[in-house]
Amino acid sequence: MSAHLARSGPPHAYRRKASTWWWLTRWPYFAFVLREMTSVFVAWSVVWVLLLLRAAGLGEIQYRQFFAWSASPLILISNGVTVVMLVYHTLTWFNLVPRVMVFRFGRRPIPGPVMAGSHYLAWAAVTVGLAWLLVSR
Amino acid sequence: MNRITMEVARYRPDQEEAEPTLQAYEVPYEREWTVLDGLNHIKDEIDGTLSYRWSCRMGVCGSCGMMVNGEPKLTCGAFLVDHAPGPVRVEPLKSFPIVRDLVVDIEEFLTHLVRVEPWLVRNEEKPIAEGEYRQTPDELDIYKQYSMCINCMICYAACPVYALDPQFAGPAAIALAQRYNLDSRDQGAERRLAHLSSGHEGIWACTFVGECSVACPKGVDPAGAIQRYKLTAAMDWLGTLLPLAER
Repeated sequence: MSAHLARSGPPHAYRRKASTWWWLTRWPYFAFVLREMTSVFVAWSVVWVLLLLRAAGLGEIQYRQFFAWSASPLILISNGVTVVMLVYHTLTWFNLVPRVMVFRFGRRPIPGPVMAGSHYLAWAAVTVGLAWLLVSR
Repeated sequence: MNRITMEVARYRPDQEEAEPTLQAYEVPYEREWTVLDGLNHIKDEIDGTLSYRWSCRMGVCGSCGMMVNGEPKLTCGAFLVDHAPGPVRVEPLKSFPIVRDLVVDIEEFLTHLVRVEPWLVRNEEKPIAEGEYRQTPDELDIYKQYSMCINCMICYAACPVYALDPQFAGPAAIALAQRYNLDSRDQGAERRLAHLSSGHEGIWACTFVGECSVACPKGVDPAGAIQRYKLTAAMDWLGTLLPLAER
């Protein structure tokens, strides 16, 4: 801990340092760190989609090579874990929406479940729309 | 009468103690006895040297916050029977310097609190003859939740950000700033935002762990207040980028 973070207080006060492993001391802390870590998987999913678009733009051979590479065990496992992490990321942030955004309908605030529910509905609508787009082709 | 062991943290710098240690006391208890009642029993009947803060015994004064079996609690609201058969470990609130036994130094919090100006700020006071600043029940509802804060420091003990960075103003100070920002009679939001939107100390240090709101014994949601504050700060910053903001 750097010097500027040293706690003040009376001369004889006992100052405790926060443990490096503080995030393992309580389940909510671990869940928080896990939520933050999901951002890495969000980044990976963006990179994977960009690589997919690049391969599609380069032609059929590169496109097939990209899918062959994506079917390798390492990438399959990575993408499987990524899907789980993305779902966790989405659920945690959607559930936090009512804490951050307060909208009013007339004089009354819109209830939290309605606020979170509207995000889930939008998510479902986009998912169904994309699925329809892919299946109908 | 039932009996339970209370393991109480002791730190007596006048006796050259280098660090806190746990001392066990066997105390009797009834069903309605709180941890604070247990401490009072120790103080009155077993060991008069034990130091701790308390006052109202009814969850209003906010002075008896301590770590009870590792959780930040108001000891006047934590019942011994819920921790039976024991032992019950009682320690000073986490993240604060320990002055003696269960007494912590909250000077840092008080410094932060004053900086956020948790009172009604008026740019212009209207003449007394014009009467009071009236407020509708709906306007009251907007900030009422945050006015329930009793400055008990439970939220600070639950906050890992404050534990890591004492420069962080912390949950209660920011929630109280937001309480006045949302008050229709207040005009000090810009001053508070200027202070809380920069550096280590302010709202951006909060990573939304959310445990401050879980731990709050008065049902205040400091984590929500800080995130809403961030939204306001972001919109305020966006506003400065738009040409319309110049008008």
